[in-house]
Amino acid sequence: MSDPTNAAAPETAAPDMAGLTKRQLKRMKRFDNPWNNPKLIWGITLLMGIVALGIFGRIFWDTDLVFTGAVMPSQAPVGFENLRGQVGLASSPLGTDVAGKDLLALLIVGAPNSLYVGVLASLIGMSLGIFLGFTAGYTGGRVDDVIRVGSDVMITIPPLLILVVVQASFGDITLTMMSLLIAAFVWQSPTRLIRAQVLSMRESGYVQMARLSGASDRHIMFREMLPNLVPYLFGSFIANVTTSIVTAVGLEVLGLGPQRVPTLGRVIYDAIDSAALTRDMWWWWGFPTVLLMVMFIGLLLINLGLDEVSNPRLRRL
Amino acid sequence: MATGLARYLLNRVFTLFLTVFIAATLIWIIPRLSPVNPIDAMLGRMASGGGTIENSGAIMEQLMERFGFNDPWYVQYWLYIKNTLTFDFGLSTNSFPTPVAQMIGDALPWTIGLMMVALIITFIIGNLLGALMVWEHTPRPWKAVIPAMMVFTSMPPILSGLLLMYIFSSTLPWFPLNGAYGIRVEPEWSLSFIGSVIHHGVLPAMSIVVVTFGFWALGMRGLMITVQGEDYTVLAKAKGLKKRYILYKYMIRNAILPQITAFALKIGMLVAGQVLVERIFAYPGMGKLLYDAILTQDYPVIQGVSFVIILMTALAVFLVDLLYPLIDPRIRLGG
Repeated sequence: MSDPTNAAAPETAAPDMAGLTKRQLKRMKRFDNPWNNPKLIWGITLLMGIVALGIFGRIFWDTDLVFTGAVMPSQAPVGFENLRGQVGLASSPLGTDVAGKDLLALLIVGAPNSLYVGVLASLIGMSLGIFLGFTAGYTGGRVDDVIRVGSDVMITIPPLLILVVVQASFGDITLTMMSLLIAAFVWQSPTRLIRAQVLSMRESGYVQMARLSGASDRHIMFREMLPNLVPYLFGSFIANVTTSIVTAVGLEVLGLGPQRVPTLGRVIYDAIDSAALTRDMWWWWGFPTVLLMVMFIGLLLINLGLDEVSNPRLRRL
Repeated sequence: MATGLARYLLNRVFTLFLTVFIAATLIWIIPRLSPVNPIDAMLGRMASGGGTIENSGAIMEQLMERFGFNDPWYVQYWLYIKNTLTFDFGLSTNSFPTPVAQMIGDALPWTIGLMMVALIITFIIGNLLGALMVWEHTPRPWKAVIPAMMVFTSMPPILSGLLLMYIFSSTLPWFPLNGAYGIRVEPEWSLSFIGSVIHHGVLPAMSIVVVTFGFWALGMRGLMITVQGEDYTVLAKAKGLKKRYILYKYMIRNAILPQITAFALKIGMLVAGQVLVERIFAYPGMGKLLYDAILTQDYPVIQGVSFVIILMTALAVFLVDLLYPLIDPRIRLGG
């Protein structure tokens, strides 16, 4: 019938001995190794780029000196003019904020911090989600009820509230505390999803077969169910990293994140607070926004790639 | 089956009440863990507003009594639960003596109006684009453009808001920078007022649409792929039905069901998710109310807004739980 792969193949391509075009052969090779997925590779490359910026940036760029605001304030990036009509200086290629902090230095320090919060929060949230989701789905009964009510309660409470109280109590919070707080809000989504998966798996043929053949609960959970969840867990983890970063950035932009640690959200908060938008200091909030977008695109590509790895039907598209 | 369904329903209704009750208790406890005294904060603002306040100790004592902070905790808690059940959240400490219920009543329509419009637009656009990503007859340019539009997906709406503000408000003065309607417009049912509201609502709504339609598109894409291989789609093609007819009546119709569950859940998240957008656009909704209350340690407002958020989210989760077994019969009733 109307198979899109056939329709897309150029007619001029020379068929090889099996009667396949080069394009089709290439496609087949990709089917052999699903991990050789362009989306996945691009996504990982983008994220590695941000990590590399954090590592090599510190080596090649003086991140300590410019923190204190020693350079020219409100300086535009190189090649642009600032408010006073001065052309940007090479000493601060991405410009400076009103306090004279170097944007490049802020990005070098801030981007890995944002990534760190997302990954740590997601790791904690996922571990909790796997444990609770499995327990709820497999055990059922009262245990399931308790976990479900607990996760419902956590979905309903606005994270803002808890964060503000913690901040008022501790004066300031660290990146790790921020991750822990966010983790408290990202565990229920994997818990719900894993619970649903386990419930539907419990009714499936192979699990019932295993049960009939006298397999223990442990065997069923770890040998029959968990392997089937693995590709799915990867996707859920990446989605969670995105959610965690979005939450963290959101809170930081409201001025509720760590006060003394530079993060991308914090830089944007400072920019909004100093009316950078109306003063046309686009570089101040623009560069952190672009970097965050790169981060999100990277995560999205990884997620799409993982989807394709675990679901071969998607690969045709 | 009938008794099973009744038990399932009863169980869910009970869970709903329990959830709201526990969450309401938590939002009563959490602010009280904070070392900052709300009356202190209130007097501090008064002092910064109008010089020194004489006999502030007496005022403080009176206010503590007025707000019931001197009562033992169980009395305070009991009163809180009793009043919350009747949607009486007390008086705001920051904009004293406005009742919190009135402030919420003023803010809620703005939030719901803005968010529902944004949600419905994203739902339609997102699902349609997601379906087009899979459909084999989608025009080639579209196949390239749709993934490119995904760039904005999963960005916090505050960032898209900033970009939109910069482009359509600062650079091109097409839309106002903040507020829900013009300063010189009277809030009444007139054409100029409604026009002003729409004019002010475009950017906040757009900033939400731009970052969320991808969520629906990706979900729809996965669902459409499943539907594509189903026998009824193949049969419809074999019958020689029109391509578009198959897309709308056979494929999208069948794929969209789980998306509707997700839609219900999003309605619940509506208020909570909007704090950021309302903050930067200075939109007078629930999000801004909560943010301002948090900054000024206005407990009664914090509790009132949080309770409304909790109620809406819990109701949405409840609805999803009811719909889920209908969509996936493998999830057993009763559990």
